[in-house]
Amino acid sequence: MECLEKKITIANQCGLHGRASAKLVETARCFAAEVWLVRDGEEADGKSILEVMALACTKGTPLTIKARGTDAEEALAILASLVENKFGED
Amino acid sequence: MTSSNSLTIYGIGASPGIVIGPVLYLGRRKSGRRSHRLLGTEEVAKEVERFCGATSRAEAQLVAVRETFADNLAGYAPIIDSHILMLRDRMLNARALALIERERHDAEWALEQALAEARQVFARIEDHYLRERVHDVEQVAERIFRCLAGEEEQRFLVAGEKHIVAAQDFAPEDILHMAAEQVLGFFSEKGGETSHVAIMARTLGIPSVVGADEALRQVVSGDLAILDGGSGRIILRPSREQLDQYREYQRRQQEYSEEVAIYTHLAAETRDGLRVRIEANLEIAEEARQALASGAAGIGLFRSEYSYLGKKELPGEDELFMVYQGLLSRLAPFPVTIRTLDAGGDKLLAGGGPGGEANPALGLRAIRFSLREPGIFKVQLRALLRASVHGRLRIMFPMLASLCELKRIKELLGEVRAELGREEIPFSASIPIGIMIEVPSAVSIADVLAREVDFFSIGTNDLIQYALAIDRGNEHVAQMYEPLHPAVLRMIRQVVEAGHQAGIEVGICGEMAGEISYVPLLLGLGLDQLSMHPLAIPYVKRMVRDSTAEEAEALSLELLGCASAQEVHNALVDYLPRRYPEEFRNGGIGYLRKSCCTVLCKSGGGAALQG
Repeated sequence: MECLEKKITIANQCGLHGRASAKLVETARCFAAEVWLVRDGEEADGKSILEVMALACTKGTPLTIKARGTDAEEALAILASLVENKFGED
Repeated sequence: MTSSNSLTIYGIGASPGIVIGPVLYLGRRKSGRRSHRLLGTEEVAKEVERFCGATSRAEAQLVAVRETFADNLAGYAPIIDSHILMLRDRMLNARALALIERERHDAEWALEQALAEARQVFARIEDHYLRERVHDVEQVAERIFRCLAGEEEQRFLVAGEKHIVAAQDFAPEDILHMAAEQVLGFFSEKGGETSHVAIMARTLGIPSVVGADEALRQVVSGDLAILDGGSGRIILRPSREQLDQYREYQRRQQEYSEEVAIYTHLAAETRDGLRVRIEANLEIAEEARQALASGAAGIGLFRSEYSYLGKKELPGEDELFMVYQGLLSRLAPFPVTIRTLDAGGDKLLAGGGPGGEANPALGLRAIRFSLREPGIFKVQLRALLRASVHGRLRIMFPMLASLCELKRIKELLGEVRAELGREEIPFSASIPIGIMIEVPSAVSIADVLAREVDFFSIGTNDLIQYALAIDRGNEHVAQMYEPLHPAVLRMIRQVVEAGHQAGIEVGICGEMAGEISYVPLLLGLGLDQLSMHPLAIPYVKRMVRDSTAEEAEALSLELLGCASAQEVHNALVDYLPRRYPEEFRNGGIGYLRKSCCTVLCKSGGGAALQG
């Protein structure tokens, strides 16, 4: 199955820390598709809060979101908008 | 005197109070064991089931905690939520499962291995706050270990008996359980004064000591122990004499607090009519009720750090606004002094400061950090201004060292006011602006600064450290931390004079303010306001009401003439029990902070004053 991807930049003040990564992970888990975040070639499972936290993304970090699966397109769109909307934070 | 078996352990007093009772030792952590078993092929399925079962039980426990205590301490819910997510995380859970299924390791060893790998991953993270979150991962893994061992949710009430609970470390969830089960107190090897656990213990009134290194080597369940949460002391297997002594302290504390309770809502006025404002220092907004109940006439210091520290990300404007608005409206019509962020970048997760400063006390912290990060600072200022219409707000800035900083603050405040004006968001037009005086340079130019602000608040804890160049946390020099040093007294005098010259109010919000032995001196030095831990308020009011302004001034002049801290100290030890026999009868205990014990008990003469 095709792997879709989208480039984004972390926009919220605090980056992918606790609450934001929890929100991202919880959202990713709603989809059947597999989801990854890629930063400088380092990959994290989008459904693992520990891996996402370990990517240590701060504000301004460029990221690629990848998704593969039946609902990959939708997952990608929703996750990207979550990040772009700064997780509803600021 | 002391039986050979008795042992005193020193830690950090997290929450005050003396308790005596049997220790319930929860055992070493389950993690960290090295035993290993290779499973037979036929055992694998069963082991997987055992591991999955343990994870499910651990999850059920956390969900139950969350539900049981949902109304109680809602602020802690996100911590528990993130623990629930971690419990099922693939880095921990799937990895452990794979090790069982594919490599036939036993479940404990597999989880240990997965945890070790997670530790390595976190150790590589540069960001200090995120790296420290490995502690949360460990607490979560520990819960699975306990479930694997077939242990039920930690119960602290054993056979109806109340205990002093001891462990290497406690999770925030544990403290909620302890409160529900009315443990006497607790102590742990890990943890600091500002950890979640310590703050929760204070809010819930559980006497406790944290950071008691090596404490557990010596502990056996069922042993009798004395825990003194005020001085951070644990006495294991106390001698008869020690027991008698502490029972006496306990009794006196009880008696004195009953006696002093009547002063709670009386005015803080000397016999000859001098009034001082007695206010409370608050750590978290939830303590507001306690402050009012203790007789505070306002909040002299609300430490706004709590919204920033230990959180996974910086708070947004709305979140801060809610906290400030809640506090202001609860306290109205009393004034609430909110101090802007007083932390270094190292303590702030997300915004990330420079980290790894060689000398953080002299580094980028407090107002310096705020001015370096105007984006973060303005979020707080906006939230403060927006909240100002809900009560009587005073804004205070920490660690000012120069006039330039003050000018810059005012520029930023002006910008924020203009922004809010444009957005037609209401805010109070007359918010008093004050500064903490805690850097010696600010003392020197107090006259200059006084013309620019509405009030001064002397932060004695830091001022003493900076003036005497003593790090109170450094055991090699801590005994030289000396509130009664003549330099400190002269500085206070100078600030009060400069403030009064300019017609502004001068207060103290350091630990000195809440120490009854210092009350006559501080009155004599002319302070208008004292802000302290809420529990200290009735004691301080009683001291004030027993004093006269005239005598206090004479005392302060005498003490200002002393050549050394020792002289000041001796003069006080001589004066206090004579002039205030009621308060210092039996050694004048009640609410005595650590600082006082060290000061007044250092010399033999002070022994009588020890609480």
